[in-house]
Amino acid sequence: MAGSTPKSAYRRGIRDGAPFIIVLAPFSLLFGVVATEAGLTLAQMMGFNVLVIAGAAQFTAVSLMQEGAPIAIVLATALAVNLRMAMYSASLVPHLGAAALWQRAIASYMNVDQTYASSILEYERHPEMTPDEKMAYFFGISTPIVPCWFGFAIVGAAVGASIPPAFALDFALPIAFIAMVAPALRTLAHVAAAFTSMVMALTLAWVPSGLGLLIAAGCAMGVGALVETAMERRA
Amino acid sequence: MSFTTVEIWAVIALLGLGTYLIRFSFLGLIGSRQMPPLVLKLLRYTPVAVLPGMVAPLVLWPAATGGEPDLARGLAALAAFAVGLATRNTIWAMIGGAIALYTMLFALG
Repeated sequence: MAGSTPKSAYRRGIRDGAPFIIVLAPFSLLFGVVATEAGLTLAQMMGFNVLVIAGAAQFTAVSLMQEGAPIAIVLATALAVNLRMAMYSASLVPHLGAAALWQRAIASYMNVDQTYASSILEYERHPEMTPDEKMAYFFGISTPIVPCWFGFAIVGAAVGASIPPAFALDFALPIAFIAMVAPALRTLAHVAAAFTSMVMALTLAWVPSGLGLLIAAGCAMGVGALVETAMERRA
Repeated sequence: MSFTTVEIWAVIALLGLGTYLIRFSFLGLIGSRQMPPLVLKLLRYTPVAVLPGMVAPLVLWPAATGGEPDLARGLAALAAFAVGLATRNTIWAMIGGAIALYTMLFALG
């Protein structure tokens, strides 16, 4: 980006990350409500939020704990849900891999669905960004998102079950993810990968939680790469 | 909850540690070493390979309705998708989905 600096990349990150407060706030609030209803103390609920900082896995863990599942099953299932983050981590290497170790260590902590999706799309749109600008953008995106994730759960724990189900807060998450994917369907390969992911995840829904999604995602990545290769040959 | 306080904190600590190690794996350990072109090609499709699979069951079988398909939620998902495709903008897609959801929930009582 012409005349861009790490500082302006950081500010652009904050600007692009701020709107996610709208979708993360209800999601975080919901975790506060669910964790409190499950019998967790405020400290335990915040322990999940700060140490795990992964919504889908936190919901998975709390619901399995409520069912009285063994600790090993709770951990294995919730970690399986998070395995997708290994792919996020790997796909950030070409962009952030050159940064200092302490920066990569902090970025890893904040590598969640929203920060990852926003950053990787920005890097693809602006391949001319320098490594410093890319790292600054990632921290910018994280600046509004991470405190929002911590803060609204406390509100959720406080207001508890007084939010009526009519507000359908449960659907904030699917809408957020769809809204992130649709603009990313730029090529036939992206569409093919997304379609494969959807069909296979639904077909494998019977596989214990998280694992079916992992298989579906692996196949979808393969289909995306295959279609891309086929299109290159035809061109 | 049948878990003791110690067990709950054990789950939190171990899940936190495991999740961090997953996130740190490639970015922390591989660093700036060059990745093979095939790996880069595969990784290009990570977001569109993971997120649709995560969302599809949540849309078709929402937990809030006991896993029964729900017209309002289904239409809201379609609206978010259509607006996202048309505008290429995540925030407009979210707003479109939210408006459709509340309109349908209100209209369907």
